[in-house]
Amino acid sequence: MADIKIDDYVDITDVVCPITFVKAKVAIEELEPGQILSVHMNEGEPIQNVPRSMKEEGHKVLKLNKNDDGTYDLIVEKGEE
Amino acid sequence: MAVDYGTLKRGGFMRQKQKNCFSLRLKVVGGHLEAKQLLKIAEISEKYGDGHVHLTSRQGVEIPFIKLADIDEVKTALAEGDCEPGTCGPRVRTVTACQGMEICPSGCVDTYALAQELSERFFGMELPHKFKFGVTGCQNNCLKAEENDIGIKGGIRVTWIEDKCIHCGVCESICRTKAISFKDNKLLLDESKCNYCGRCTKACPVDSWVNDEGYILSFGGLFGNRIHRGEELLPLIQDKETLFRVIDAAVHFFKENGSSGERFRFTIERVGEEIFREKMKEAYHG
Repeated sequence: MADIKIDDYVDITDVVCPITFVKAKVAIEELEPGQILSVHMNEGEPIQNVPRSMKEEGHKVLKLNKNDDGTYDLIVEKGEE
Repeated sequence: MAVDYGTLKRGGFMRQKQKNCFSLRLKVVGGHLEAKQLLKIAEISEKYGDGHVHLTSRQGVEIPFIKLADIDEVKTALAEGDCEPGTCGPRVRTVTACQGMEICPSGCVDTYALAQELSERFFGMELPHKFKFGVTGCQNNCLKAEENDIGIKGGIRVTWIEDKCIHCGVCESICRTKAISFKDNKLLLDESKCNYCGRCTKACPVDSWVNDEGYILSFGGLFGNRIHRGEELLPLIQDKETLFRVIDAAVHFFKENGSSGERFRFTIERVGEEIFREKMKEAYHG
């Protein structure tokens, strides 16, 4: 898991639900299927909702990395169109 | 002829300060009203009331300023709009509910279906005092279950499926009670900390949980002159048969032991909390 190559990165710590997912969704739409997006998010509501929404959109959540500053990085692989 | 205010009250017609005026309480189950009903309510309010309605604190609708002479006509009009009068006085009142799992992403149980079942079984039942049921779908507790004589809160008992888990850590991060942890790539679920909120399974990106719905009951809630939070006395109940067996036993306890004008909480206190707890445990175990 440590070797996952990140293709793009989006920071959603500056917005609140439901804009968090909108911003993450726009970012993942820019990628090709199989590419990896890292979503930088705050604890709380985003972790409750963004992974679930990513799954519902057909993407694959690979990992959630916890940072020391109360933020997380969600690693998502883009699904087929 | 003397007006039988008691009968009118039982039928949802409550006396106002203004002479010969009644605020008509409607039967609303789980806060659910069809558009057809709303149209009829609006029509009745304009024709027989003063054109406004009051939304009560318990999801009810009241149409004020109904005149005594119009009551029979109003009842007929209500029936045309599939509306029924509510009730007041010493009996089982409107069953309230949040939207539950059918609508709300957080909901763990179908609150509306359960509210309907409760209403069909208990609504209007004569008891020593008013008796309130409230159903809420999850630990967010939008319906404030514990302020009811019997509160029902939906929950989910989760079981981890190791094969499906990708060890992403989402569940661990969002668990508010710190019931989930990972050790050597194995998930450890501390059931003593789990409050059955279901956040882990709802957020899980790969559905690596088996979900068993359940109900958390609280007894003796009171939010009037004295305030008391309804107490959870039993473990999570996972089938409706047990749920209704326990509720039947609690209502029976009140019917048997309650004094006229005494709320359920005070009956429990007077008879003895330990005795009541034992009765509920007996019912729980069948």
